[in-house]
Amino acid sequence: MKNRRVVSAIRHVLLLAVAALFAAPIYLAVVVASHPARDVLSGVPALPAGRLANNIAHVINNPFPQSPSLGTMMLNSLILALGVAVLKLALSVPAAYAVGFFRFPGRMVMFWLIFITLMLPVEVRFFPTYQVTANLGLLNSQGGLILPLIASATAVFLFRQYFRSFPRELADAARLDGIGPIRFLTSIVLPLARPTLAAIFVLEFIYGWNQYLWPLLVTSSPQHATVVMGIRQIITAAQSFSVPQWDLVMSVALVALIPPVLIVMAMQRWFVRGLMAGID
Amino acid sequence: MPGGTAPRALTPGQGKDPMRSSGEKRRLLTLAAGAASITMAAAACGGSSHSSAPPAAAAPAPGKTVNLTVWTAFSGVNATSFNYLVSQFNSSQSQYHVTALSKGSYSQVLSDTIAAFKAHAAPDITQIFDAGTATIMDSNGSYVPVYKLMSQYKIPFATTDFIGGAASYYETASNQLDSLPFNSSTPVLFYNKTELQKAGISQPPTTWNQFASDAAQLLAHGQKCALTSSGAYVMWTDMEEFSTWNGYQYATNDNGYSAVKGTKLKIDSAPLVNHLTLLGQLAQKGQYMWNGVSTSTVPLFTNGTCAMYEQSSADLGTIQAAAKFPFGVSELPIADNDANAPQNTVVGGASMWVMSGAPAVHYRGDAEFLHYLMSPQAQAYWASHTGYVPVTPASSDLLKSQGFYSSHPNDLVAVKELTNKTPTSYTRGIRLGYLPEVRQAEASAIAAVLSGKQSASAALASAQSQGDSILTQFASQYGG
Amino acid sequence: MAVDAAARPRLIRVPGLRRRPVRAGGAGDDAIFGHRLLPVALIVPELVVVGVFFLWPSVKAILEAFRQSNAFGLGERFSGLANFSAALNGTYLQAVEVTAAFTAITTVVSMAIALLLAVQVERTGRMRVFYRTLFIWTYAVPGAIGAALWLFLFEPHIGPGARLLEDLGVNWNFALNGTQAFALVTALTIWQQCAYNFVFFSAGLQAVPESVVEAATIDGASPIRRFWSVVFPLLGPTVVFVTVSDVLAALFSSFAVIDVVTQGGPGGSTTTLVYMLYRDGFQNGDVGLAGAESLLLFALAGILLVFQFRIFNRRVHYR
Repeated sequence: MKNRRVVSAIRHVLLLAVAALFAAPIYLAVVVASHPARDVLSGVPALPAGRLANNIAHVINNPFPQSPSLGTMMLNSLILALGVAVLKLALSVPAAYAVGFFRFPGRMVMFWLIFITLMLPVEVRFFPTYQVTANLGLLNSQGGLILPLIASATAVFLFRQYFRSFPRELADAARLDGIGPIRFLTSIVLPLARPTLAAIFVLEFIYGWNQYLWPLLVTSSPQHATVVMGIRQIITAAQSFSVPQWDLVMSVALVALIPPVLIVMAMQRWFVRGLMAGID
Repeated sequence: MPGGTAPRALTPGQGKDPMRSSGEKRRLLTLAAGAASITMAAAACGGSSHSSAPPAAAAPAPGKTVNLTVWTAFSGVNATSFNYLVSQFNSSQSQYHVTALSKGSYSQVLSDTIAAFKAHAAPDITQIFDAGTATIMDSNGSYVPVYKLMSQYKIPFATTDFIGGAASYYETASNQLDSLPFNSSTPVLFYNKTELQKAGISQPPTTWNQFASDAAQLLAHGQKCALTSSGAYVMWTDMEEFSTWNGYQYATNDNGYSAVKGTKLKIDSAPLVNHLTLLGQLAQKGQYMWNGVSTSTVPLFTNGTCAMYEQSSADLGTIQAAAKFPFGVSELPIADNDANAPQNTVVGGASMWVMSGAPAVHYRGDAEFLHYLMSPQAQAYWASHTGYVPVTPASSDLLKSQGFYSSHPNDLVAVKELTNKTPTSYTRGIRLGYLPEVRQAEASAIAAVLSGKQSASAALASAQSQGDSILTQFASQYGG
Repeated sequence: MAVDAAARPRLIRVPGLRRRPVRAGGAGDDAIFGHRLLPVALIVPELVVVGVFFLWPSVKAILEAFRQSNAFGLGERFSGLANFSAALNGTYLQAVEVTAAFTAITTVVSMAIALLLAVQVERTGRMRVFYRTLFIWTYAVPGAIGAALWLFLFEPHIGPGARLLEDLGVNWNFALNGTQAFALVTALTIWQQCAYNFVFFSAGLQAVPESVVEAATIDGASPIRRFWSVVFPLLGPTVVFVTVSDVLAALFSSFAVIDVVTQGGPGGSTTTLVYMLYRDGFQNGDVGLAGAESLLLFALAGILLVFQFRIFNRRVHYR
């Protein structure tokens, strides 16, 4: 019994230690962002100081060179994340509904066509996709930023999986009551699918927010820059000072990671569900 | 040259004293017209609407302003100064409005220009850096040659309007300028007067052997790091310019000027091996510092970590704004045992290219804007506020007549290096396709030497073979 | 890591994770509505987007791989296999090695850490939820932002991580030392990958029936033996699933981390295949070469797809 207690205590200590290690980069970011730049040159202090608000206000009010204001970048990131999440749902729910609830010519061909997209994420096909986006005149536009990112059938697949487990009696009953397919979708399927919708929404939001390579390629005008893609240029700018401005870099980094982390923390249930959706 | 590497100050630092204007002889001002005389009565000549000839010019509808876009890589002091020139041009006339957009780095401007051109959304004028010259010059049809543009609008323009070093670097085989040489610089040696004095060194080193003994003396006096080089362009300062300054060949076919096909690098040579070996030995002891192409080295000099700095003269303004100690500028050290050295350095920096495919009414505006950029006033303002050299003799005469160089001797070093001797076929410039890519291979070699992973000869041999296959790929694509 | 979590493989159905019984005769087995035009109308928007931004680029990549033009896209002509022979030179092989090593190390290590954490967290009773939160949140940290944090951590002479290594006598300078650069990028990726793996292992462990574990306990098996002989085999499908996910993430989605921390350097020591494609296609403007590299990457992804199908089929067979 005593032995067990010791083991359990060791386990808690170890888990907390690892958790602290995982969180260390963020904690250090807070410390650095709350000190003047000069303080970190000879080693990072152990505790935060009082300049956090100042530094964050500074990065919000003073755009880095070749960058728009932090506010603009955050807004662009938000538009991208919401655009990806909303459009992905808007396209994939009807498509999955069609595949799951109807029989029509070429149904399986279409499904498999879509399915192939699962294996080729945008990182693999970014080069030709860029050229197509350019040909369509979509560089430096929200459309060019968002549409190629949602050109995969992942969510269709997930919803189809969900629809497969949808109680068939409901559909039969609806049909007998003379409820048409569209009304069936809007008034029965979607309300019941709310948890799955929320889960995919969270996942896609994070996916959109965290994009780096694609925005870097598609947006050459600073007005369209997102906060995540801008981080490298900000680092380069900060490092070229006699005293590297790490306090400002870390302030930007903290601001940039707050929205996705908050969403995951707040919607942990949905988020984990979203991750599991495919194998649920 | 590094418009791109120049530190991106969060708040642009102060430039040098504003140029003192007028009161001086103005004999040269008639040579090239200034901002006021920009609106030239240029009759439109014919011309096909595509590829290398400027399109048949249409005058803009009266009262309607034509918007022109210029992409550059400028940042900090250089961006502020360029924006000033743009605003001067804009207020000097009302037909055209130029908007300058900085992309932050030279490679970004090049890749964005290429991408935008393919998407039919190219800027009117774009700034292509030295190493990208061959890439665009050989892409016939993507640009309108500046000499043709100027002649179409009857604007006086000749290759001889430019200083030899700039003209020879950018001119074609037929001695014409396809682009307008604009911001031109060359590497110089910055030195921290305080640290050198502390170590009992009265003069900056003139040879690399002398540099090595100075480094030892600095170390003995507690100054560990003796030297750092340009961050993004160490292959420019310590390989390309090292070669031209000492008169060595860099590539076959006159460094690529006389032919594209069959051009091979000559970097696997004894002088370069010796130079990199020296840097490698010093790096092992922390006496030479360079941390990869993506880390700026300006702070290493301005915060006193390293006592000397091989960097583009273009960074003079930036260093002046950041350094809290007295510093001097001198010519690059030369290789020892070489009677011909020093020869001459070549320009780095960038030139302005007029892109094809724009609406016809834009081209006269392009011509007038470029003509303004080469005017003595604009060049004198530019050179005196940045650290770039004046690219036309007319503008350097203007600066001399204003007494600028006697009060700013640091600015004269780059000019001296560029004009030290008449260029040979090895020191006219370096015109290699995909040179930026070749430089990547060279940067890898330098990293391998400095980290002690490879000897200089092994590293340069592998950079040479990589570079040669890049040149072969270029030649096959361009059918040279 | 900017991975579309939903883009990870979904084919493998892990029985242990099934929380809701699938009803026989679910909607997927048979179409319910008889309309013909409506379903087409419903699916067309998705098809248009996939067609324009997926199929068209893919076809284009295949065509471009066999053509050459100058950097500005002018003077294009057929060039046979010239791009492939240019692609398959020494630096490409180096990138293959880097990619393989990076993928193998990040996958194995992040899975090992995540599995260990998940097992320990499962044994903390009521504290489980608390610990789970502590280990999940890094999933949401954007790859590039996480990389920025680590870049500072290991900034020579300044970052605490770098100072620790320097105190241990390491001559730390990842800007010049390729091995160190590779180690840094790898460690950073493991940090980011753990959360994702943790979620799946936690779920997999929860699905292991208590009775099975209890039976083993009564038999007197030690906890460690219990895990390897009873629990781990039941986790098999989850392990396979996580492996495939991690391999894909490491192969294709490591761009942000590498671009922020090392830009592929020094000396190509962190240049993965995706990074190389970016550099050749965008920074160097070599369209044909990038086309050939894209095609090779497609082929690699295709091989993985086949591999995944085989796993999928075997899973079906199990049941």
